[in-house]
Amino acid sequence: MSAPTTYRQPVSRLWFTKKRSYFIFLLRELSCVFVGWFAVFLMVMLFAIGRGAAAYQNFLNWASSPVVVVVNLVALAFLVLHTVTWFALTPQAMEVRLGGRQVARVKMVNVAGRTVPAATVVRVGGRRIPPGMVIASQYAGLLVVSAFIVWLVLR
Amino acid sequence: MTKRRLEPLLWLLFSGGGVVSAVFLPVLVVLFGLAIPLGWVRPDYDHLHAVFSFWLTRLVALGLLVLMLFHWAHRFRYTLHDGLRLKRLEAPLALVCYGGAVVGSIAALLIVAML
Repeated sequence: MSAPTTYRQPVSRLWFTKKRSYFIFLLRELSCVFVGWFAVFLMVMLFAIGRGAAAYQNFLNWASSPVVVVVNLVALAFLVLHTVTWFALTPQAMEVRLGGRQVARVKMVNVAGRTVPAATVVRVGGRRIPPGMVIASQYAGLLVVSAFIVWLVLR
Repeated sequence: MTKRRLEPLLWLLFSGGGVVSAVFLPVLVVLFGLAIPLGWVRPDYDHLHAVFSFWLTRLVALGLLVLMLFHWAHRFRYTLHDGLRLKRLEAPLALVCYGGAVVGSIAALLIVAML
């Protein structure tokens, strides 16, 4: 397929400062930086736990330093934004159906001449579960998982 | 052709990473990033070591870390590529992002194996 030849107005590199919703979109996308940060943080912690009590104490000293605490506070804000936006988008990106034939496939769509994945279809046929219920069940899952982790670590 | 075949897989890793991050990370950041370092709660080392050296915890931790890393790689790549309009840097961006996720995953495997 050839590239579109119609005129496109150039977009400013600072397009995300033009509208509030663009800015929130950018913040949502940037939440991935804190997913990456926290993966590294968890790996440092697990490495210390594997090495012994003294290494774990060193990790605690590092993790309680003001810079790391502030980074984790910012990370918490971004990760909550990730959770809220991800849960809200799930019913749009994923069709959850009751009954019907069970299949799993990635739906591809054409965006600006590029074929990109857009959604996951888990079932074909049957009755579609209302988006509100999908969102509510995700928060229920979040609560159960969070309570279990707190119990496991603190019991 | 390879790109076409890889893209759905990378998207699934991104998507899976998005789900586990949304469900697991708020509580993990509050617990391990704030509450424990700041001394609000103090689980002792032996208990933590016992929890994390259990085979199922190790397996979950490894899966979580790998998905988180690929979620970061895919979304960060497209944020820079489309968001900051760095289309000319497509190949090096992809290499740095997915390469970083692969290296991180190998590190995660080694760390989890040593627990």
